Amino acid sequence: MSHEEHKMGTKEKLVYMANQIATFFETKPHDEGVAGVAKHINDFWDPRMRRQFFEMFDEGGKGMKPLVIEAAATIRRPRQDAA
Amino acid sequence: MGLVHEIDFGTPASKSEKQVTLIVDGFEVTVPEGTSIMRASMEAGIEIPKLCATDMVDAFGSCRLCLVEIEGRNGTPSSCTTPVMPGMVVHTQTGRLKDIRKGVMELYISDHPLDCLTCAANGDCELQDMAGAVGLRDVRYGYEGDNHVRAKNDGAENFKWMAKDESNPYFTYDPSKCIVCSRCVRACEEVQGTFALTIEGRGFDSRVSPGVHELFLDSECVSCGACVQACPTATLTEKSVIEIGQPEHSVVTTCAYCGVGCSFKAEMRGEELVRMVPWKDGKANRGHSCVKGRFAYGYATHKERILNPMIREKITDPWREVSWEEAIEYTTKEFRRIQYQYGRGAVGGITSSRCTNEETFLVQKLIRQGFGNNNVDTCARVCHSPTGYGLGQTYGTSAGTQDFDSVEDTDVALIIGANPASAHPVFASRLKKRLRAGAKLIVIDPRRTEMVKSAHILAEHHLALKPGTNVAVVTALAHVIVTEGLFNETFIRERCDWSEFQDYAEFVSDPRHSPEEVEKLSGVPAETIRGAARLYATGGNGAIYYGLGVTEHSQGSTTVIGIANLAMLTGNIGRKGVGVNPLRGQNNVQGACDMGSFPHELPGYRHISGDAVRDIYDSLWGVKLDNEPGLRIPNMLDAAVDGTFKGIYIQGEDILQSDPDTKHVSAGLEAMECVVVQDLFLNETANYAHVFLPGSTFLEKDGTFTNAERRINRVRKVMTPKNGYADWEVTQKLAQAMGLNWNYKHPSEIMDEVAKTTPSFANVSYDFLEKMGSVQWPCNEKAPEGTPIMHIDGFVRGKGKFIRTEYVATDEKTGPRFPLLLTTGRILSQYNVGAQTRRTENVAWHAEDLLEIHPHDAENRGLRDGDWVRLQSRAGETTLRAQITDKVSPGVVYTTFHHPDTQANVITTDFSDWATNCPEYKVTAVQVGASNGPSEWQKGYNEQAQQSRRIAGHLEAAE
Repeated sequence: MSHEEHKMGTKEKLVYMANQIATFFETKPHDEGVAGVAKHINDFWDPRMRRQFFEMFDEGGKGMKPLVIEAAATIRRPRQDAA
Repeated sequence: MGLVHEIDFGTPASKSEKQVTLIVDGFEVTVPEGTSIMRASMEAGIEIPKLCATDMVDAFGSCRLCLVEIEGRNGTPSSCTTPVMPGMVVHTQTGRLKDIRKGVMELYISDHPLDCLTCAANGDCELQDMAGAVGLRDVRYGYEGDNHVRAKNDGAENFKWMAKDESNPYFTYDPSKCIVCSRCVRACEEVQGTFALTIEGRGFDSRVSPGVHELFLDSECVSCGACVQACPTATLTEKSVIEIGQPEHSVVTTCAYCGVGCSFKAEMRGEELVRMVPWKDGKANRGHSCVKGRFAYGYATHKERILNPMIREKITDPWREVSWEEAIEYTTKEFRRIQYQYGRGAVGGITSSRCTNEETFLVQKLIRQGFGNNNVDTCARVCHSPTGYGLGQTYGTSAGTQDFDSVEDTDVALIIGANPASAHPVFASRLKKRLRAGAKLIVIDPRRTEMVKSAHILAEHHLALKPGTNVAVVTALAHVIVTEGLFNETFIRERCDWSEFQDYAEFVSDPRHSPEEVEKLSGVPAETIRGAARLYATGGNGAIYYGLGVTEHSQGSTTVIGIANLAMLTGNIGRKGVGVNPLRGQNNVQGACDMGSFPHELPGYRHISGDAVRDIYDSLWGVKLDNEPGLRIPNMLDAAVDGTFKGIYIQGEDILQSDPDTKHVSAGLEAMECVVVQDLFLNETANYAHVFLPGSTFLEKDGTFTNAERRINRVRKVMTPKNGYADWEVTQKLAQAMGLNWNYKHPSEIMDEVAKTTPSFANVSYDFLEKMGSVQWPCNEKAPEGTPIMHIDGFVRGKGKFIRTEYVATDEKTGPRFPLLLTTGRILSQYNVGAQTRRTENVAWHAEDLLEIHPHDAENRGLRDGDWVRLQSRAGETTLRAQITDKVSPGVVYTTFHHPDTQANVITTDFSDWATNCPEYKVTAVQVGASNGPSEWQKGYNEQAQQSRRIAGHLEAAE
C-alpha cells in the first residue's frame, strides 16, 4: 500500500508547534511569555526535536514567531550524546 | 469460595442524620429517620417477606406480602411504604399476617408455571423463596381458568398468553413468568433513567411492555441490565444463565471498559463466566451497570483471539507461530540491534490504558531502565493529556477534583464536550437521577445529544457551538460572570492569587470576549451564553463535567484552563457537589498517566528533569535515568518517518486505528524495523508488526485500575490466562531477557514498589485495598484513607492560578472545497476502536459507523437516509452510510470511529493541541458527496490488512 506525502515535514511541524506554543504565551507579560515558551519546549521536547529546532534556528529561524526566536536563548541545546 | 452475597434491604437507605429507635419483634433497632419498617427490620436481621420491593428502587407497595402489624394502629400496613416512628412496636409475624400472605401467594402461584425444576431461575427465584417462606402448600383456586401461563386453554388460543421475547442478544423476556411487580419498570426509570418500560393494560390484563408493545430490541431499551437484575423471577433472565445454569462462586472485580470503573461480581461456574452483576458496594457505580460492562465480555473467549506468540521478518510475510521463548528472544535481540545501530533513543514504547496500573508501571520501567531512554507514551496523549496540563497548571494536580457520589449534591451540572449517556452511561444515570430531583443542566456541545433532551431530561441551556470555538465560549462565560459581578470574591481572595485574578478579570472583560462578539464566531446566541453563565454562577453547587470534546482540539489545554478558571471564579471547588470533572475515556487512562506513562514525567507526575526524583529510581533500579524528556506518540511517528526511530513495543493500544491521520501513522510504522504488538487480537496496528505477543483479558489477571475519580479499584483474576501469561508477566520476561533483575511474583509486589517510590500512593497496598474496597489517591500520611474530594482547604499548588485564555481559531478551516465541519464521538454499545465490542453481540445495536448530516446539507447534496457517501478532507477520504438527522446543526457532520472499515481517522488531520500534541479529532473540514461504495483507499487497506493477517499453517487469515 502506498502512502502520500503528509502535508508538513517534521521540521515544518516543529516550527508550527513552536509557534502554537508562542501564540499561547503571547497573552502573558513579555518576559513571562519568553520564559514560558522556553520552559515548555525544555519540559516537553526530546533532544532530537530540539536539535532539529536549533538547526533551523541557526539557519535564521525562518517562519518562527519573534517570541520563539527570543525564547531560543534559554531553550537547552541538546548534549551531543543525547538520544 | 462461594457466592458474594449482598443483603437486599428492600428499600433504599435514608440519608437523614436523625436517628429513630423502634421495636421489631421484641428487638430494639435504631435507624435514620425516613427508613422503612422493612429496611429497619432487615437491619435487625429480620427478613419480612416481599416481592415488589428491592433496595435499588423506591418502595411501591403493590405485592401486599410485606404487611406488618403495628401496636396502636389499625390494619396491616405494608412495611416497605411505612416509615419508622420513634417508639413504634412492630410485629412481622402474626396469625393474621400469615393468613394474608399465604392468600396472596396462592393468587400469584395460581397464574404461574410450575416448571421450577427446569426453570433458569431455579435456585435464584424470589417467588420460589416466598412460597417457601409463607408455607404455601396448595392452591385452592386450581390452575385452570384465566391465565397468562399457557399458549392454549383446552385447545383454544389463549389471547392472554404472550410468546417469549428473545430479541435482545443478552436476555429474554418471558411474560408467562411475570408477576407484574413493576420492579423492572421502576429500575428502568429510577436507576437507569431511560423509561423504556411500562405496564400496559389494567388489572389482570397488566403486562410489562418495552416501549409501546414492542420487542426489547426495537424499543428505547439500552440493555443496561437493571431490569434483569431487579426481576424476582425468571421473567427477565440472562441468556448465559439459561444456557449455563446458576453460578457457584463469584469474585468482585472492576469493569475494563470506560473510565467510570464500575465494580462487578464476576459470577462463575468453575472457570466459566456465567454473568457479570454490578456490585452494590462499588463506589463508582453503586450497583448499576451499562450494556458493555454487564454483557459485552464475550470478546474474552472470541475465536479470533490470538493465543500464540508470532513473529515475521517482513510485514509482507505471513505470521509464524513460535514459542514464548523464541518471541521474547527475537524481540530483545532486535531492540538491542536497533539501539546499537541507530542509537539508544531509536526505540520506545506505548503503555496501555486498558491494562492494569501494575502492567503500565512495568512497561514504563522497562523503557526507562532497560531501553535507557524516556520514549514512553500512552493513549492519554490522544484523549486527556490537555487535562493533565491544564489542571496541573491551574490547580497543581492532573486529575478530576471529585468522586462520582458528589453529583448527588450538585445543583447545576455543566457538561462540556461530553455525552455521558453514550460514553459514561453509569455516571449519566446517576446524573439523570439528580436532574429528575430538580438539578439544572447546561450542555455545551455541537450536537443535540441525549443529555440535551431525552426522557425526563431537558437542558436549561444548550450551547450548540461551532466545533473549534470552545475557548471563545468558555471565555465568554467568564466575561459574563466577571462583568455582571457574579464571581465569588471571598473564595478568590482566600484561595487564589488575587493579582492573577485581576489580570484575568481585565482580560475577560474586554468587549471582544462578550457573548455578543462570541456569538459571531460560535453561532451560540448571546442570550444563551449569558443565561448559562448566570445559572452556573448563581444556581448553587455548580459542577463541570467534560470530555474529549474539550481536549481534542488545537486549543484543548486552553479550554481546560478556561474551565478551571470558571470553577475558581465561582468558588465551585473543594466541597461536595461542585468541581471540575474530566470524564476519562478508558478504564485505566487515569492510572496509566499516574504510573509515569508520559515521556516527560515519572510516576506521580514528577518531571524527569528533577534530580531528587530520578535519584529515588536510580538507587532502587541501579541505573542512571536519562534526564531528558522522551518522544510523544506523534513525535515518535515523525521521527520514524525521518529514520531516527526504529523500534516500538506497544502494549494494548491500536494506534493505527485510534490515532489521527492514518496515512501518517502507517508511514511511521512501515518505516520501523521492529514493531511489537501485545494485544488480544490482530488489531490494525498489528498489520505493521513484526512480533505479536498475545495479551490477556481483565478476567485473567490480578491488578488495579484507577478510574476518573482517582479511585484505585482491584481487578481480580477469575480464570487462567488463555494465552498462558498475564501481560505483566510478558513484560517481565522481556525485561529479564534484556538482563534486568526483575522478580515480581505477584502484581501486589509491583504496587508495593509504586507505593514506596510515589508519595501520592504511599499508603496503597493490596492488603489496604482488601480492607477498604477501594481508595482515591492521594493516599498517604496526610490522607490515610484517600481523598474523595481535592483542594478542600486550598489548592494542591498553593494558590489557584488564573491564566489568560485567548481564543485562536484552528488552522483547520472550512472553505469552498471542504465546507463542512466533521466532529467525532462514540455511541453507547461500542467502545473506542471497537476491538472488543465488535466481537460481542453489541453489534446488534451498531453494526457500522454512520455519518450524521443535517437534512439541509443532505438535500443540497441530493443525499437520502442510508445512502453511501464519500467523506473527504485534506488528509484523505473514506465512505460510509449517511444518517439524516437534525441532532447536528447545518454545516456540521458527525461520525463514530468504532469500525476499522470506515477508518474515520483517514479523514482527521495531524493538527494538535499546542501544549500536549493531543490531536484535533473534533474539527476537520470535509466535503460530503454521493458515492457508490468503498473508496479505493478502503479497498487497498482491506487487502493489505487481509494479507498481513495470514498465519502460516492456518487456512484462513484471522480477522
